[in-house]
Amino acid sequence: MKIRNGRLSALAALALAASMALTACGSDSEGGSDSGDGGGGAAAITMLPKNLGNPYFDTSTAGAEKAADEFGGSIDEVGPDAASPDAQVPFINTAAQQGVDALIVSANDPEALCDALDEASSAGVKVVTFDSDTNPECRDLYINQATAEGIAKSQVDLIAEQIGDAGEIAILSAAANATNQNAWIEMMETELEANHPDIELVDTVYGDDDDQTSFDKTAALLQSHPNLKGIISPTTVGIAAAARYLSTSEYKGNVALTGLGTPNQMRDYVKDGTVEAFALWNPGDLGYLAAFAAQALVDGDISGEEGDTFEAGDLGEFTVGADGVVLLGEPFVFNADNIDDFDF
Amino acid sequence: MSDTLLVEPSAVSPTQRVVGGLLRSREIAVGAVLVLVVVLTTIKNPNFLFSSDGWRDLLLSPSLLLLLAVGQTVVIITRNVDLSVGSILGLTAYFTGKLFVDHPGLPIWVVFLAGTAMGALLGLVNGALVAFGKVPALVITLGTLYIYRGIFLSWAGSDRINAGDMPSDFLALGTKTILTIPVLTIIGFVVLAAVGYYLYTARGGRELYAIGSDPDAAVLYGLPTRTRVLSAFVLCGALAGLAGVVYAARYGTVSSGAGYGMELQAVGAAVIGGVAIFGGSGTVWGAAIGAFLLVTINRALPVVGISDFWQRAVVGALIIAAIVLDRVFSAREERRLVAARDEMRKS
Repeated sequence: MKIRNGRLSALAALALAASMALTACGSDSEGGSDSGDGGGGAAAITMLPKNLGNPYFDTSTAGAEKAADEFGGSIDEVGPDAASPDAQVPFINTAAQQGVDALIVSANDPEALCDALDEASSAGVKVVTFDSDTNPECRDLYINQATAEGIAKSQVDLIAEQIGDAGEIAILSAAANATNQNAWIEMMETELEANHPDIELVDTVYGDDDDQTSFDKTAALLQSHPNLKGIISPTTVGIAAAARYLSTSEYKGNVALTGLGTPNQMRDYVKDGTVEAFALWNPGDLGYLAAFAAQALVDGDISGEEGDTFEAGDLGEFTVGADGVVLLGEPFVFNADNIDDFDF
Repeated sequence: MSDTLLVEPSAVSPTQRVVGGLLRSREIAVGAVLVLVVVLTTIKNPNFLFSSDGWRDLLLSPSLLLLLAVGQTVVIITRNVDLSVGSILGLTAYFTGKLFVDHPGLPIWVVFLAGTAMGALLGLVNGALVAFGKVPALVITLGTLYIYRGIFLSWAGSDRINAGDMPSDFLALGTKTILTIPVLTIIGFVVLAAVGYYLYTARGGRELYAIGSDPDAAVLYGLPTRTRVLSAFVLCGALAGLAGVVYAARYGTVSSGAGYGMELQAVGAAVIGGVAIFGGSGTVWGAAIGAFLLVTINRALPVVGISDFWQRAVVGALIIAAIVLDRVFSAREERRLVAARDEMRKS
């Protein structure tokens, strides 16, 4: 169920509030009493992505709905049309008034949502953030898609596998001052040194997340390093541009390319053989895990303290880390066999 | 017929005049720098020119900026400037992708036409505001730069056009070649030749120069300044629209950052190619060579191994050098003309 405009959402909120009140009379929405799995704790969860109509979040909501089917809860997706910092506030207020059991949010802003989320919490709503966090004190749990170490390691492992763990590689990054990119690159260097002594990182170039610049830098890499075996591009614009250049180049098939990308932008290049495999987290799993975490909070199995553990269906057992962060795990690897299962 | 001519026919021989003109010509000077860049880079790394990728990229990469620079030149000649071309390019590139998504099977030429028409429409808005609003083009197009980009952002959001959304025939155009010359470059050259011929020979083209040289005199003389300026902006918009379609074909992906900052490259290419920023002089040939030089330098510097941080500085130095050269030439020309006038008065 998607609610798009204000007036409609007000109407729907009324209708929902009414139905909530009715169900509250007849059924057991106080999930705390019967803990554990099973049909008892049918948590009513509101899912609030950054914006609606975004394939990435459509995938995460589908994952959450799958989880809800498994534990017998219900998911309502609401959200603004555009991802602006305070557009999510009215939706949080509405959810609090409806008295839903839990709220799963991908925050457009770490600060702007805090007041509304605090109010919801004090009304008894469990708050789980996913994909992008708020300040830690404003929510119970944060489902983190990946850590910098995990991303760096998966990139290095992928390229090592594709070039036979030996030879020259280069990195095509975004801007030279992009904090996350630089952190990843530094960790990749450490990982290469520690576990892949035969791979030599010969160059790191910056495509500025611009198609033309990324094209030019890819071409320059290929021309100035004739022995280059592979390129890692841990940025979605960079990997797409490099793949496009490589797919029409004489180096296609001789130089491996991997990095972080989305299945829709990389599909053609995986199918034509330019790219063997690349990584990103799976937003479906992210939504799935967030829903199970919300359910565990509602059931009272966990309170969001460090060291709490809970079961998340097919994904297995998860442990809450410091600051109430739950890590999804290693990035997901997309290749020719699985890429058609995804649409984001 | 005893009228004295204002300027005597030149006393130097025609051969000397042609050779002197060539030596003073900005187009030749910039072209020489371009050749130098290519030669030096090729010596350093033969792949730059002699690999099949290298030759193709040399011709293909500048084709986008070529279109923008030609349009920009026409506007600058009228003593205006169009800063919105980067946003127009992005908007039409996304529009192109959307056309393919919403109407699969649309013939490619229709998409080219639609993109160009959309660019022309956006250019018409610029032109109408400048020609009828009497507001400086710098301000108007700075405004539409943000407005068009804003429309693009709210339309596209975090959405992106991917290679899979566009037909493979269209994407193949991005690298297709005829006799080793890329199709997109041929499109650029055809546009260049048409606009260059018009500016050089047609009455309308010459009037654009007249307007840019002295707008007040052009009005007093009875030239249709409004219509001319309006059509210059429409042409510039249309070419930016065409460049948007080319962008989609070349990169196979369009996100909301497409074309960001291209307007300054287009102005830079024109200025490097000898188009005076205050209007009234310069040719599209020069701007085209300027576009080739700007893009080729950007491609050559990483191949030569100059660090990223210096690459921008080199481009900046090039633009300043071009302006200084302009200034020196025009000051010398002025002195020469003053001297010629004084001599005539004495006699």
